[in-house]
Amino acid sequence: MFTSKSFRQFDEKGIFCFVKHTRIVLALLVAGLGNFEFGQSANDEFAKSVATLRNVGGEGKGNIAASQAMEYLSNSGKETIPALLSAMDGANPFAANYLRGAIEVIFNKILEEGGSLPLIELGEFLLNKSHDTKPRAMAFDLIRRTDAEVANRLIPGLLGDPSVDLRREAISRLLIQASGLVKENKKPAAVLIYRQALDAARDLDQIQTIASELRELGRNVNLTQHFGFLTNWNLVGPFHNKDRAGFDEVFGPEKNFALDTEYKGIDENVTWKQYATDDEYGMVDFNEPYGALKEVTGYARTTFISTSDRPAELRLGCKNAWKIWLNGKLVFGRDEYHRGMRIDQYKLPVQLNKGTNIILVKACQNEQKEEWTVQWQFQLRVCDSTGTAIHSISKTDAKVVAK
Amino acid sequence: MKKHLLIIGLVILAGRVSAGDWTGFRGPFGNGVSDEVGLPVKLDIEKHIAWKVDLPGKGLSSPLVVGDRVFVTASGGTRQDRLQILCLSSIDGSVIWHRQFWAMGSTMCHSKTSIAAPTPVTDGVSLFAIFSSNDLFCLDLDGKLKWLRGLTVDYPNARNSLGMASSLVLANGILVTQVENDSESFVVGLDRGSGSNLWKINRPKSANWTTATVHKNKSGKEQVFLQSGQGIHAIDPDSGNVVWHYSDGASTIPSSALKGNMLYVPSQGLTALELSKDGKSFKQKWRSGRLRPGTASPLAYRNHIYSLNNAGVLACADIDSGKRLWQLRLDGPFGGSPVVADNHLYVFSEEGVAQVVDLTAPEGDISSKMDLGEMIQCSPAVANGALYVRSNSRIWKIARKTRF
Repeated sequence: MFTSKSFRQFDEKGIFCFVKHTRIVLALLVAGLGNFEFGQSANDEFAKSVATLRNVGGEGKGNIAASQAMEYLSNSGKETIPALLSAMDGANPFAANYLRGAIEVIFNKILEEGGSLPLIELGEFLLNKSHDTKPRAMAFDLIRRTDAEVANRLIPGLLGDPSVDLRREAISRLLIQASGLVKENKKPAAVLIYRQALDAARDLDQIQTIASELRELGRNVNLTQHFGFLTNWNLVGPFHNKDRAGFDEVFGPEKNFALDTEYKGIDENVTWKQYATDDEYGMVDFNEPYGALKEVTGYARTTFISTSDRPAELRLGCKNAWKIWLNGKLVFGRDEYHRGMRIDQYKLPVQLNKGTNIILVKACQNEQKEEWTVQWQFQLRVCDSTGTAIHSISKTDAKVVAK
Repeated sequence: MKKHLLIIGLVILAGRVSAGDWTGFRGPFGNGVSDEVGLPVKLDIEKHIAWKVDLPGKGLSSPLVVGDRVFVTASGGTRQDRLQILCLSSIDGSVIWHRQFWAMGSTMCHSKTSIAAPTPVTDGVSLFAIFSSNDLFCLDLDGKLKWLRGLTVDYPNARNSLGMASSLVLANGILVTQVENDSESFVVGLDRGSGSNLWKINRPKSANWTTATVHKNKSGKEQVFLQSGQGIHAIDPDSGNVVWHYSDGASTIPSSALKGNMLYVPSQGLTALELSKDGKSFKQKWRSGRLRPGTASPLAYRNHIYSLNNAGVLACADIDSGKRLWQLRLDGPFGGSPVVADNHLYVFSEEGVAQVVDLTAPEGDISSKMDLGEMIQCSPAVANGALYVRSNSRIWKIARKTRF
């Protein structure tokens, strides 16, 4: 949430914003308790409308009330834009989009009327990293659509920003700089700028561009490390997936994933086998140990040691049907086959335990015979919500952590 | 009489659609047929481009036209997660309003398609726009957001890694929304005023990119034909209940064509189904393996059925028997479907070549070609004496100069 301190030094307009923000926050808090009698004043109506949008839920719940609130908010003045952006903090995706819709209407009205945006307030909102990333990125968009020069001046400071969209802007700027240095034959400077860009980059296309340039300049790049792909696993299989029934069937590893367990496979008893991938993008390929089988199911298990209890994301790429468990608890599963695969295809929020965490992946191969259905594989990494890799620590370090 | 005039006037004031508007995928009747006359047939890039306007993102959805407003969707941003809805003036292409939302569902899709693949639909009061991410927005025609849904937020396994493409249809005033895929596959009937579910039915667990067709019987009651690999399910749009099922399978890419009480289904080639008057059953009238459509949907016009295959060959058949009468090779391939107006068929190839076929010629005749120079995968809109077509980067209005 914003802090009142950051708004205290404003001019008259800024003070108005502070008052408005405070009322909204108070109204939101009280409305959340469900017992607040709203007054008839414009400010109260504004706060009530914002609260209505924030209360929209799944399956269209609250849409009718939201429609009326949108009518009110869309007619608000430009000074309400920072407050509407603030209201996106912690909002669900429906509410965030409603709020965005209201801001878009207000913003376009300002443009049509030739008015000016509260650029200072928007800029301060953008620079306050305690706000959520989406409204901050929107604030930047509004600034750029209003005054590109102001936006350009802000870009270098966005390197390492929690918003991947915002840091992308700064990285693009570094890539131009580095490319210029290469043309001027200033290789050391170019390498260091590319290194700086790589450290901040989270988007695949930018990372691949930077890696390619660095390699061209004779430098090593460890993309596996950068992304944090998990490369050391134990695999067990094959189990059946006749008529795609294996996805729902509970095979032995789902009941007991201890590495010394023996399971009944398709033709014989099967046990866990150590597996390490040297694929740059961490591809775990079941076809390697088991052959290009069809209508089969395999499991992969790895240990991830976290330095702390912390939120994280498991990010998976897989074109087979799959399920994932963390510490024995099902995270998610999906029974789609061969419709495509990419890095970070699925982003699964989880809570890591301090110390040892067991990740179990189930991957099912179906009956299709086409050339593009041979793959029986996945790639997985652990990262934070910006895509920054979280690395498992070594067992030696884990003992220190445990102490 | 005065009373009737008053009612007509009120309907117009209320902003309802009028004849000549292009209100959904393949037009107001979902069949690709327009009553327009006076479209250019000898296309010339110097003479017939009324305007062209850059778009802020990719897309292959068709434009809609209501009065002098053109509506089009697009997706932008590095992750294709900026969902865009634009309203342009049909007169000069100027932007009347532009709205942007965040995708709430998956924005992964095949590189050839886009998150803005499905075509919106309008009842002349509201615009309903859905994206491949299964995010659905209802705006008034002035761009005010009335309600939204994030169907992948509500139903997390409702997605397709290749992308979704089924367009929305309105039937009996209910917004029928197909979310058919390999996993959490369903169709939901939404209240157009609030976006809330009126009913939700499970559908075959299989990717499906077709769009439903809507049939109105003589009493004005509508029925929806859902096409999938399992054939055609006729459903009551008020309840989602299945009325009948044609079970010989059907394509999951080209959609069916409707004309009167006949439904032409891309099934086993092309299969003609005659619908009973009470809407409770159907009878197979003919089937032709030689009329198998490719990606483009078939088109029924006057006494003929037209089918465009993946080799770019346009076949014309007798509508009553399915007997093939002639075929004509066009410059393909085609990702979008053809439209027809005033005895001329218009289709745009993926290479961006507009082609006009004179359907009155004994074996069809290519009247003209015009190269727009960009990949085009949309089905064009026809309204106000003009064609509207879009690429991944711009939209064109094509008309005679007198209609500029």
